[in-house]
Amino acid sequence: MLGEFHPALGNADWAAVWLTFRLASVVTAILMVVGTSIAWWLARTHSRLKGPVGAVVALPLVLPPTVLGFYLLILLGPRGPVGQLTQSLGWGVLPFTFTGLVVASVFYSLPFVVQPLQQAFEGIGPRPLEVAATLRASPWDAFFTVVLPLAKPGFITAAILGFAHTVGEFGVVLMIGGNIPEKTRVVSVAIYDHVEALEYAEAHWLAGGLLLFSFLVLLALYTQKRPRFDRDP
Amino acid sequence: MTPDPTICARFEVIWPGFTLKVDLELPGRGVSALFGHSGSGKTTLLRCLAGLEPQVKGFLSFKGEVWQDQQRNIFLPTHRRPIGYVFQEASLFPHLSVQKNLDYGRKRVNSGHKVSLDHAVELLGIGHLLDRMPDRLSGGERQRVAMARALATSPELLLMDEPLAALDLKRKNEILPYLERLRDQLDIPVIYVSHLPDEVARLADHLVLLSEGRVTAAGGLRETLARLDLPTAFTEDAGVVIEAVVANHDEAYHLTQLDFPGGSVIVARRPEPIGRRLRFRVHARDVSLSLNRAEGVSILNLLPATVTDIANADTPAHVLVRLDAGGTPIIARITRRSLDHLGVVPGKPLWAQIKAVALLG
Repeated sequence: MLGEFHPALGNADWAAVWLTFRLASVVTAILMVVGTSIAWWLARTHSRLKGPVGAVVALPLVLPPTVLGFYLLILLGPRGPVGQLTQSLGWGVLPFTFTGLVVASVFYSLPFVVQPLQQAFEGIGPRPLEVAATLRASPWDAFFTVVLPLAKPGFITAAILGFAHTVGEFGVVLMIGGNIPEKTRVVSVAIYDHVEALEYAEAHWLAGGLLLFSFLVLLALYTQKRPRFDRDP
Repeated sequence: MTPDPTICARFEVIWPGFTLKVDLELPGRGVSALFGHSGSGKTTLLRCLAGLEPQVKGFLSFKGEVWQDQQRNIFLPTHRRPIGYVFQEASLFPHLSVQKNLDYGRKRVNSGHKVSLDHAVELLGIGHLLDRMPDRLSGGERQRVAMARALATSPELLLMDEPLAALDLKRKNEILPYLERLRDQLDIPVIYVSHLPDEVARLADHLVLLSEGRVTAAGGLRETLARLDLPTAFTEDAGVVIEAVVANHDEAYHLTQLDFPGGSVIVARRPEPIGRRLRFRVHARDVSLSLNRAEGVSILNLLPATVTDIANADTPAHVLVRLDAGGTPIIARITRRSLDHLGVVPGKPLWAQIKAVALLG
């Protein structure tokens, strides 16, 4: 049942691996900026919008990826409001392009970045920022010199989870990206293709690779040195 | 025209379950204590002075410079105010060494450094700790580093929020001398929040009593403590603070005589040399009155005094009697029965018998 065992992957498969890596890197980079802003706002605000915004950010945790993908497809598609905007700006339509994949993945992986960051920011509390202010640090200065170092474990967790989750997505990619070699065919989709075509050897290589990757990522997370927020006695 | 030497503060805070309404003038020098029970608003007031409660409406000027004026839409953010702030918990940055904690504020101050880093380090005795991380320090050491860190910014105003509250008695006594040195050696006005009468009596020159978000009394430390009209919450601990000079030591009996305007007291032998200034506190409950100079009693400290006024005390059974002992006010807490029995009325000369004095420092 294991089929023939090929020791190496074909070019198309390597292209999928490279595409996946590129996608996850770009998405993680974007999420570290967007997610930090949202997490900071959620951690510090007393606004009544905190609940609704937090819930919207968390939606991808529970929604089937196809639902998210479906709405994004409609929104970004040629007749959708965002699609019409991108067309009028001369960017064309985003679905079935790499950019479209990036946009969809940013939404899909958002909670995996926002939640660890929000927890890290809440754990730090307002006091270190107040101390920094009494020591003449402006809010931005204090963010970079106090919050960033203190929240470092949260940032590492957020980056790892955001990257790994983007690597592992399937449904959203299929809905919004389709299956275009070297453009939108990521590893998870390639595995699906191989299995459909009964090419189990290639499927094994890719699936095993993802399995190992995910395990190593989680191992790194769970063995990460816990932050020590020292309190006074 | 000399600049206004005072700090003017008017704040109004209305939060659910808490209000603070103050209109205060504080001296621009020496130690001013904000004294009150928890919930009296003293910490909130201090935070308002630091600009840490930006949503609070009010007015604040420091030596003629306006830091906050709601009517003119002026609000100087905390990081632009030339203050030092010591929080109740040391709040050192855990990711920075002691040296880097000290440098954090210091390198962000451009103007002249009135207090040198070496001086701050020496004053608080933390020279041997500079390479340590905060988690390798004791609670007392942390608080000393936090004070040095605030001083190293050369603040024009030092705000301290019960810096000793989180420490046990031993560590408290370890830090108090540093605070006294700070008060005596640096010409920086300090606003000091505390709920401990002894701490206030030992350190403060100026006293503000807060109760339920309002100022109930404010003025010089000795005059304010000698007032009889303080809220009842305070009178259970009523007493005066007297500043005296070590006059001589009686080596045979291991006693020390302390002189002050209007008299002297004898206490157990003190280590301080003759001529040193010392503060001590006389609790009203430790003062009894007699019509004549008592003979045949073990109490050493008898002072001739004149009754100035009489007020209700914390219980219906007691009264507070204020006396003038040659210019030094003393308060006695006696029973109403004794008051009538002795015929105590304003203007009457009496002898005050002081059973105990609490030396501060």
